[in-house]
This record gives sequence, structure tokens and C-alpha cells, in this order.
Amino acid sequence: MVDILDGLIAAFWLVVTFDAELWEISLRSLRVTLTALVIASAIAIPLGTFLAVQRFRYRRFVISMINALMGLPPVVVGLVVYILLSRSGPFGVLNLLFTPTAMIIAQVIIITPVIASIAHQSMRELWAEYHDLLISLNTSKRQRIMTLIWDGRRNLLTAALAGFGRAIGEVGAIMIVGGNIDNVTRVLTTAIALETGKGDFALALGLGFVLIGLAIFVNLAIHTLSQTEREGRW
Amino acid sequence: MTQMFPLTLNKVLVRRRGKVVIGPTDLVLDAGGPTIIIGPNGAGKTTLLRVMHGIERVTSGTVTWHHDDPAQHAFVFQSPIVLRRSAADNLAYPLRLLGRPKAEIAQAVDHWLDRIGLTERAGNPATRLSGGERQKLAIARALIRKPQVLFLDEPCANLDGHTTRDIEALLQETSAAGTRLVMSTHDMGQARRLAHELIFVLHGKVHDVSNAEAAFARPQTEELAAFLRGDIVT
Repeated sequence: MVDILDGLIAAFWLVVTFDAELWEISLRSLRVTLTALVIASAIAIPLGTFLAVQRFRYRRFVISMINALMGLPPVVVGLVVYILLSRSGPFGVLNLLFTPTAMIIAQVIIITPVIASIAHQSMRELWAEYHDLLISLNTSKRQRIMTLIWDGRRNLLTAALAGFGRAIGEVGAIMIVGGNIDNVTRVLTTAIALETGKGDFALALGLGFVLIGLAIFVNLAIHTLSQTEREGRW
Repeated sequence: MTQMFPLTLNKVLVRRRGKVVIGPTDLVLDAGGPTIIIGPNGAGKTTLLRVMHGIERVTSGTVTWHHDDPAQHAFVFQSPIVLRRSAADNLAYPLRLLGRPKAEIAQAVDHWLDRIGLTERAGNPATRLSGGERQKLAIARALIRKPQVLFLDEPCANLDGHTTRDIEALLQETSAAGTRLVMSTHDMGQARRLAHELIFVLHGKVHDVSNAEAAFARPQTEELAAFLRGDIVT
């Protein structure tokens, strides 16, 4: 209980004193996570929508695979990305290991199935609602997908936020591919792991509270900007 | 404008899950006044309309237009399907699909909003409109492309008398302007008011096609006579 209180006090002081290191780590966390989120959403949302409107031979298998990949262990993803990006790996020449880019790659792999699966579920319901109308209007496949994405954007936002939640709190994969290097790849989650290892629980908890606050802030900001609770007018 | 009629259904059969829904049946639809399709529940009126419009796949037989242009026929469903957008955006949608200029879209949307009495609620979500308003919106959205043929599946089912009168006036105006109406209804009063040609569907087959006035005055078959009397026809 005392540790939690110390943590709250530490978090408070870190924020009110504009601690330079905290700002740097927090901004890096946001940059890495938001970049991964944008890339993963650009892949997962059209994919989930395509799977909702298109019938093809192995569709059910593909959907099952995406659902299964939601539970992909981050440490395994980190390990695979590490091997691929290491000097002896196929992409070693790119020199991406222990850089924020490597962390973004790992996060994209982890959250793409999460966003695609949730997007597919909501797009499937919307497609059932719109099916007859869009067929009767003789729409092309592309027009159907674009219509569903636009009209289902609130549900898709929820999918994207689920991906954000998974990515911002991720530690295993980015620790392996990022290396938790000070001023280079250290983010909030890896900093928490480091401080816990050093036994500085108050600082670790303080960083933890900042992480939670950041996640809540981003969620609220996105909801407010996209006016998801304002349905009186569109 | 290229003449689309006649529309010829030749030995059309639709089977769903092993059960014959309509057919095998033949029908020739020429250009002319409004055609009203009547028949008992489950006779196949909706499926027949969907087959004519091309949104129901036939198991066997052929559906042939003299000159088919999918952009020239539209469909209004019994339960109006509205997009999760504003009333104005619902109207604009079919024209945007056709890539019409913005000014033309705005002008058409304003005209139709005014015609169906929704100008004041142009920005409101279509899903928040009443059932009657939604059906008027769906009809206006179908007509905004100026189709040569409009199929309507019981558009006034479950609507109050006032709204039904508004919709009938809109349909009569549309027919007078040259759009070919093909509509199913349960309401014999409505059939009398609107029909120029009457199609009686029974057990999934076109049982009788005749001039509406003659059919109501001197039905040619016992089944049609019984149905028009209000008897239960099985």
C-alpha cells in the first residue's frame, strides 16, 4: 500500500516538474505506438472489411487464423523479428535492430490481427444490414468496402483503440528488438521493467501511472475528436 | 434514352435450400403504366421482384431485358434500408457512386429533401427518422438517379394512412413523369388506386397477368376472384 502511495507521489512529481527524461520516454512511447497503430490500421481495416464482403474458398480458414493470431505471444514475435533483423538475418543489411523502427515492426505484427478481427466482426454486421441496398445499387467491390469503412468508422475506431491498448502496454517484443537503450529505444514499458529490476518500485509505479494516464488521455482525445458520443448530427 | 423493355422471364426457377420459392414461371413485362403484383403471403412476390431487378440469382431459366442498364433500375425494400449517415448524405450517395459533379448532387439533394418534406432534417441521422420518413427517403434515394424502372416491395406496409397517401402521390407523380413502376402490395385498395396492370402470383408462379380495371371487374380465374374477394387462397 505504501509502495502504491509512493508511486502516486513519484508520478505526480515527475509530471509537475516536467521531468525531461519522462517526457522523452513518453513521447517515444507515443510515437512508436501511434506509428504502429496507423500502419496496422491501414492493413487491418481494409482486410477485415474485405473478409466481411468477399466470399472465397479459404475465407473461413483465413478468419480463423486471424482470430488465432490475436493471441500471438509478443515474446515470440520479438524473437522472430530479432532473428529477421539481426546481422545474420535476411534483413540484417537494413541495420534496423535496436531502433524504434524495429519496435514499430514488432508492434504492427502484434496488433494487426487484433484490429483485423474486431473490424471484421463489426463490418460483418454492417454488411448484413447494407447487403441488399449496396447490391441493388450495383456498387463495385471497392465502393462496398469504402462505404462500410466510412459508415462503420465508429466501430472501427473501437477496433483501433483495442490495438492501441495492446501496443502501448507491450513490453516483451519491444524489449527484445529495441534493447531498452537509453535515449534511443527506451519507452515507458521497458523503463518500468528496468526500474522494477533495479528495485525502485516507487519510480516503476510512477511510470506505470503515467502510462495509464497516457492511455486514458489518448482514448479520450480520439473519442472527443471523432465525436463518437455525439449522435444527434452527423 | 435506350428502351429497356420488354423484360422477359423465361422458365425462371428459384430454389433456396432445396425448396422451390418461385417457378418455373414465364412473364413478359412491357413499357406502360404501373404494374402491381398481388398474391397471398409466401406466394413469391418479393422474390419475383428481386429476380426482375437482378439481386436474386435464378436457379434456372433466363431473365432478359431488351437493353439492360443496371443504373436505370432501382429497388425500394419493404423495410427501408438507410445508410448510417444524414438524410442528405443518403440522398447524395447514389449520385456520388456515379461520380456526378458536386453542384449537381447538391441541387438534386435539395430538390428531393424538399419534395419529401425533410429539408429541416437534412443533417439528422437517417436512422433517427420515423418509419414513414425513412421509407420516403428510400424512395427519393431510388428516384434521385432518375431510373427508367422502379421496383417497390410493399413500400407502404406498416405505414399510417397519411404517409401512405404521400407515398402514393409521389409514385403517381413518378409514373406520370415516365418511370415504369413495378410494385407488390397486400393492400387491394392501393392496388386499385395505382395499378394499370395486375400480376397475380400464386404458389411461386405468375398465375394471371391482366389489365387492372378488367381484373377487378371480371377476374379471369377462380383463384384471382377468390383472392380479390378477400377469401383465403391456398
